[in-house]
Amino acid sequence: MTADTPKLRTRDVSVHYGDSPALTGVSLDITSHEVTALIGPSGCGKSTYLRCLNRMNDLIESCRVEGVIELDGENIYDADVDVVYLRARVGMVFQKPNPFPKSVFDNVAYGPRVHGLATSREDMERIVESSLRRAGLWDEVKDRLREPGTGLSGGQQQRLCIARAIAVQPEVILMDEPCSALDPIATARIETLIDELCENYTIVIVTHSMQQAARVSQKTAFFHLGDIVEVGETEQVFTSPKDPRTESYISGRIG
Amino acid sequence: MNDRPQHIVKSFDEDLSRLDNMLAEMGGLVEAQLTSSIRALTRNNVDLAAEVVTRDADIDALDRELEAFAVSLLARRQPLAADLRTIFAALKISSDLERMGDLAKNVAKRTAAVSQFPMVPTTASIASMAHVVQAMIGRVLDAWIARDAAAAEDVCARDIEVDQHHVSLIRELLTYMMEDPRNIGPCTHLLFIAKNLERMGDHATNIAEKIRYAVLGSVPEDNREKLDEAAILPHGDHGDD
Repeated sequence: MTADTPKLRTRDVSVHYGDSPALTGVSLDITSHEVTALIGPSGCGKSTYLRCLNRMNDLIESCRVEGVIELDGENIYDADVDVVYLRARVGMVFQKPNPFPKSVFDNVAYGPRVHGLATSREDMERIVESSLRRAGLWDEVKDRLREPGTGLSGGQQQRLCIARAIAVQPEVILMDEPCSALDPIATARIETLIDELCENYTIVIVTHSMQQAARVSQKTAFFHLGDIVEVGETEQVFTSPKDPRTESYISGRIG
Repeated sequence: MNDRPQHIVKSFDEDLSRLDNMLAEMGGLVEAQLTSSIRALTRNNVDLAAEVVTRDADIDALDRELEAFAVSLLARRQPLAADLRTIFAALKISSDLERMGDLAKNVAKRTAAVSQFPMVPTTASIASMAHVVQAMIGRVLDAWIARDAAAAEDVCARDIEVDQHHVSLIRELLTYMMEDPRNIGPCTHLLFIAKNLERMGDHATNIAEKIRYAVLGSVPEDNREKLDEAAILPHGDHGDD
């Protein structure tokens, strides 16, 4: 792999839910160790696209995915791909924090346990601690590891979900509006975390906040009616977008 | 105002037109100040010159008002894309206009000083230089209101005319000073007046570049022709005089 090879390479990705098209031939490269923001109005297909990247759409019966989606050059829709392993490599954080109804410790230990990543109890403790540290949550929960994860605040729960996602050592983290249910302080914590995480992971984030996309991402892709209208350096997209549809959307105009 | 679609939040469009109105008012004041200062000079009207000096405070006040308003827009609207460029450009244009006001005030101050001396017959040249600058200011303001990058470009092209006037004025004034050392006092003031006009032309050019940025999102390359007035002044290294 050279530095220029995209972590994720997607070509002509089309998605249908039954007869209705949700994505119509999307091609996009996701650069390694960068944050790529997907923006666009509701129903534009950005979340559908995000969910293709770790085959979450497989769970929807009527959903049909066409095109090429490659992770490190391998098509993730090939028949021989182990989807459970794929989802460990490509983790996901959702809009609403969704910790398991288990203790803080078990929330984080769940993935490593399933994938057999820990060889001993000490090893597991080490994984849980380092995941919680990387998620910026350790100091707040180190004395509450046995308490239920659902008892934490919203922002803490979201960071717990991020810790849970990184505990299985993913390569890519997908985030679907991870801050929309959080207050500005918790949002700032998550955004700081995103900055730090992109040193080790490749991050794709769907957000409705233009300011958030501008703050956290290096690349921005604007989705409109199931297609990518414009993709570029975040700074360029938010200061001098090339397409009038991008311009109208990000500046809140009727376009 | 421009051909972009309206904002969903209508009051944002109203805010942006208010920004335009403030700049138009400032620009109008600057034009009037320049006209008055040159009229005071050519007619040796010290009272009018004093009026110009006093009225500069109005431009300064508008600049401060615009600055505060633009900052509040940044905070409240969190503008992006063309809106962001527009507000940023408006801030810079306001500063340019404020500086132009200062330069007009300085012309007026020197008019009072020049009026102490017998008339040097240069004021007609200064008036025709001022005329070009005035046209630039008027056009650049129209270009802003119309968000017309091409019209702004035309304004930039006229700056070379101002520079040419400036250089020939320097030559003219040098001649008077060499003819009679008693001319040195008033001619020095006139040199500064010409320099002030030349600077105003530069500010108009700056404004034109900001318009281009606001409209197109790109910054022009710095390849504009400039006349170097230092090259025409006598140098001290002749050795033979």
